[in-house]
Amino acid sequence: MSVTREEVAKIASLARIRMGEEELERMVPELNGILAWVEQLGEVDCSGVEPMTAVIPNTLRLRDDVVDADPKTGGGRRDDVLANAPAAEHGFFGVPKVIE
Amino acid sequence: MTELTNLGVKAIRDGVADGTFTAREVAEAFNAAVAAASELNAFIVATPDHALAAADAVDAKRAKGEDLGKMGGVPIGMKDLFATKGVQTTAASHILEGFTPEYESTVSQNLWDAGAGMLGKLNLDQFAMGSSNETSYFGNVASPWKKDGTNAAMSPGGSSGGSSSAVAARIAPAATGTDTGGSIRQPAAFTGICGIKPTYGRCSRWGVVAFASSLDQAGPMARSVEDCAIMLEAMAGFDPKDATSLQMDVPAWEAGLDADLKGKKIGIPKEYRMDGTDEEILKSWEQGKEWLHDAGAEIVDVSLPHTKYALPAYYIVAPAEASSNLARYDGVRYGLRDLPDGAGLQDMYAATRAAGFGDEVKRRILIGTYVLSAGFYDAYYTQAQKIRTLVAKDFAQAFGQCDAILAPTTPTASFPLGSLNEDPLTMYLNDVFAVPASLAGLPAMSVPATLNADGLPLGLQIVGKPFDEQGVLDTGLAIQQRAGFDAKPDKWW
Repeated sequence: MSVTREEVAKIASLARIRMGEEELERMVPELNGILAWVEQLGEVDCSGVEPMTAVIPNTLRLRDDVVDADPKTGGGRRDDVLANAPAAEHGFFGVPKVIE
Repeated sequence: MTELTNLGVKAIRDGVADGTFTAREVAEAFNAAVAAASELNAFIVATPDHALAAADAVDAKRAKGEDLGKMGGVPIGMKDLFATKGVQTTAASHILEGFTPEYESTVSQNLWDAGAGMLGKLNLDQFAMGSSNETSYFGNVASPWKKDGTNAAMSPGGSSGGSSSAVAARIAPAATGTDTGGSIRQPAAFTGICGIKPTYGRCSRWGVVAFASSLDQAGPMARSVEDCAIMLEAMAGFDPKDATSLQMDVPAWEAGLDADLKGKKIGIPKEYRMDGTDEEILKSWEQGKEWLHDAGAEIVDVSLPHTKYALPAYYIVAPAEASSNLARYDGVRYGLRDLPDGAGLQDMYAATRAAGFGDEVKRRILIGTYVLSAGFYDAYYTQAQKIRTLVAKDFAQAFGQCDAILAPTTPTASFPLGSLNEDPLTMYLNDVFAVPASLAGLPAMSVPATLNADGLPLGLQIVGKPFDEQGVLDTGLAIQQRAGFDAKPDKWW
């Protein structure tokens, strides 16, 4: 499979990356080179093979159902959470007006 | 007195403990070496005060007769993919420039708790995507090595290229690395140092900037197998904050080191004899077999039939996970915001990500977005995850016949910066021997073997069974003792 300039523009839009004409033109052959190369995976007979879901067998744990079980990942860290925000006001993240 | 910057982890730790020198003297020596090596561009920021404060704390403990820790008095370099509280953490991307975490990654905290200090944050390929350290927003890293008779700057490998350059140049005794598809082993091989990626889940990923979460794993880079064993012990351990963290005790790898391989079988995978592999690399592989035979091991042929499909499968799985992980960089919560005049929220996302990500990162996000998109998911992503199952099964079968696998780390030695930029695929092929172990989550290490005819280091790779870091380290030690690799790059920086 290969992608056209229009398809790359659509993928870039889905990925929320603005791309100018020149950049799109450059990406098309690069992406097609990579896609043509990964096509070889189609040669492999994978009937009856399960896709990998966990690389090392591991059990999923449940943490205790309490507030702030871990002080680093629990609540009460608003100022820390906002400390690196490009815009923060009144204890919230600031974003441009959203009017649809 | 011996020059302190020539010492490794064990020598520094033991020298501080027995009072041969103070931790402060060590930190001062390395701080000065870092400051004088700006031409390597190995560090994005230096943190001499962090190193000195950690050293003073160790010296004070020693005065009181307290335990100094596994890494007591050892200053290290920290790959700038680990969140460090109060110190800028960028993943070498413009989109995170200025980001100053309010928290410390588990691995870095473990190291500080073990008595280590930080010399600075090391440069890398942007978001760990690259094999030459040429995708960093903060400029290329140069290897301290040069090809004999030439003056061109050589690649230190990637993505942990700041780490490999700093350790090989002796401006840090050791450094952290991360390995998603070879990012510890390939740079270690390129610069004549050791580096080990442990079993997936040994080192916590909490606080490590995510690239491909099912593959990312941290590990140490240092100049000897012993130093790697010591540092890995300090880095590893169960962390309830990482859902994929292994709930297992950390073995005493350093104390367990044993280079006697009697009764062990070493597998040689025939599929790693690929077209395009450098003759000298094949020769060093043969030499490696002889060394391990000499150490008492039996050499057996094994087969990993899906080896050639590992790399293309990786270039579906890793970009897919990256496109999802990197969705968080949106100009809202941290990092860069690009808000064109009159722009709405969607325009802000797109403008921020356009300005903040480098070309290779964008390329991988687009590939990942495409292979996960409606209509293509099964053909690409599901198929790649099935191939991944087959690659892991190949290893499981091979380990029925052997205890560890010996292979080259890379198909070529280091190359001049800028020489492989024409085609992304050529660059990807650097990791053809490293990626299979990543897909299977296995512990794997690179140790230096020899210099090639151009005077550039070549590495050998050992891949072990799940959780058998000890077997990997022991095999590495057997090679190290016989290779006697003590070549040092001539100082030009």
